[in-house]
Amino acid sequence: MLELLGITAGYEPGAPVVRGASVTVAPGESVGLLGPSGCGKSTLARVAALLHRPDAGTVTIDGTRATGWRHRAPKARRTAIGVVFQQPRLAADPRLRLTDLIAEPLRAGGRRAEVTGRVGELARTVGLTDDLLGRRPHEVSDGQLQRACLARALVLRPRWLVCDEMTAMLDASTTAALVTVVEEYRRAEGAGLLAVGHDRVLLERWCDRTVRWTEIAEAV
Amino acid sequence: MTTPEPPAPSPLSSPLLSVRGLGVRFRMRGGRHVAAVTDAGFDLAAGECLALVGESGCGKSVLASALLGLLPGNAQTTGSALLAARGPAGEVDLLTADERTLARTVRGRRVGLVPQSPAAHLTPVRTVRSQLAEVLRELTGVRGPALAKAVEAAAARTAYPSDHLDRYPHELSGGLAQRAATALALIGDAPLLLADEPTTGLDRELVDRTADELRRHTDDGRALLMITHDLAAAQRIADRVAVMYAGRIVELADADSFFGGDGPRHPYARGLLDALPEREFTAIPGTPPELGDLPDGCAFAARCPRATDICATLPVLTPGHGSSVACHHAEERVDA
Ligand code: SF4
Repeated sequence: MLELLGITAGYEPGAPVVRGASVTVAPGESVGLLGPSGCGKSTLARVAALLHRPDAGTVTIDGTRATGWRHRAPKARRTAIGVVFQQPRLAADPRLRLTDLIAEPLRAGGRRAEVTGRVGELARTVGLTDDLLGRRPHEVSDGQLQRACLARALVLRPRWLVCDEMTAMLDASTTAALVTVVEEYRRAEGAGLLAVGHDRVLLERWCDRTVRWTEIAEAV
Repeated sequence: MTTPEPPAPSPLSSPLLSVRGLGVRFRMRGGRHVAAVTDAGFDLAAGECLALVGESGCGKSVLASALLGLLPGNAQTTGSALLAARGPAGEVDLLTADERTLARTVRGRRVGLVPQSPAAHLTPVRTVRSQLAEVLRELTGVRGPALAKAVEAAAARTAYPSDHLDRYPHELSGGLAQRAATALALIGDAPLLLADEPTTGLDRELVDRTADELRRHTDDGRALLMITHDLAAAQRIADRVAVMYAGRIVELADADSFFGGDGPRHPYARGLLDALPEREFTAIPGTPPELGDLPDGCAFAARCPRATDICATLPVLTPGHGSSVACHHAEERVDA
């Protein structure tokens, strides 16, 4: 289970952007979290991905309560969760070629031997050609870069995926393509998904169930 | 009995904007050229909304920049984009007019731009009131006590709340920032509005509201060219739809038949529509070709389920069956 319980979080003391938010994802389940922009759902997504320490509340992953965030999160815990953000340009190191962007989590984890095989396999899955893999972020489109960011999120075979407005900048066909990649991965690996977004039609089509922000969080 | 092929849907009145054979090439390092837009053509009349749709990188934003005279220095244009004479203002070709003419008489006055990211378009260090006032002074010459009134009136046109006029852009929600930017675009009473991805990043509810507002300004007698990858927004307000792929318009159709019963006739347009989560939610296989490395024939061939040998020759945009399509195997349709 991925469990967020009573999460309160923000960026300045005394000014939370999320208050008392709780949501649970069962293994292999996909949950859509629907909310308007600016409601704090992206912050909750960052907490779920162990990238932002909450001021209150608990995150429990597969029965173990998280105690460290960002680089202080134990490696095994961090690698259990893959995350994709809305804006690939802000998420991707502009100096890295796409192939290195995808491989980076493997290299950081000392698993260099797997790089060639895994990157090639994922590039095919997300539809990136060799030519595109050799380019840097400014040389590809938003859609192509987001494909690379999704491949990177999957490279360590996470049991959980957090997608924060993954397709908000993308056209209809690229959206359908990336959602298909996520769903095929989940079917193969039995991974659970928390998909955060503002598009009701999309989330209801994509996820097993969809919850509204106002149902799972208190007003701030 | 045979009747002659009906012409492609075209505006009833004479067009306000008439684009013919529009091409934009960029000169790259090493003398290479990239054709971002090739042979685009369409008419747009007052009171009409044309949605130009396509994936990012298909050339639709370059086309918009060309119409505003805002292309970078390494761009070369061909063709024409005639903005019809209106009152004392004579006909002008937006592609060949010099920068001075464009800056003084066209941008803001004859062509209003509703920008892609309003928050970025507004000046961050100045309140909405002062930005409206400046543009009003510049475009209408209004001064003194009348100016304060004019600011309120300009804000009211897009239902921007007057008690928020003294806010700075960063204090505005996405929806209010969009309204402020649209209010600025409307000040010069430009007969042609150009909206570049006006709904990107907005919530669906706000998308609908922004689109409806743009439609209202169209119904007031303006011509609206909306550039968007948001098919839902296009469906909501467009009279006609132009689909771009790899720099070319591949289908130009009546919005009702495009989104409604008959559907698109070009395989790419069909695929794009089928990708919507409210429809099939299936992606078009593959990705668009590089604009610098286009095939000789149909640029969609590598991804197209209908491709045959003849697709190695370039299909031209051909009127018929209620829409113009550039495809050797376009969907046939019985005309009503
Ligand atoms: S011309 Fe051929 S390849 Fe191109 S869209 Fe039509 S059928 Fe497909």
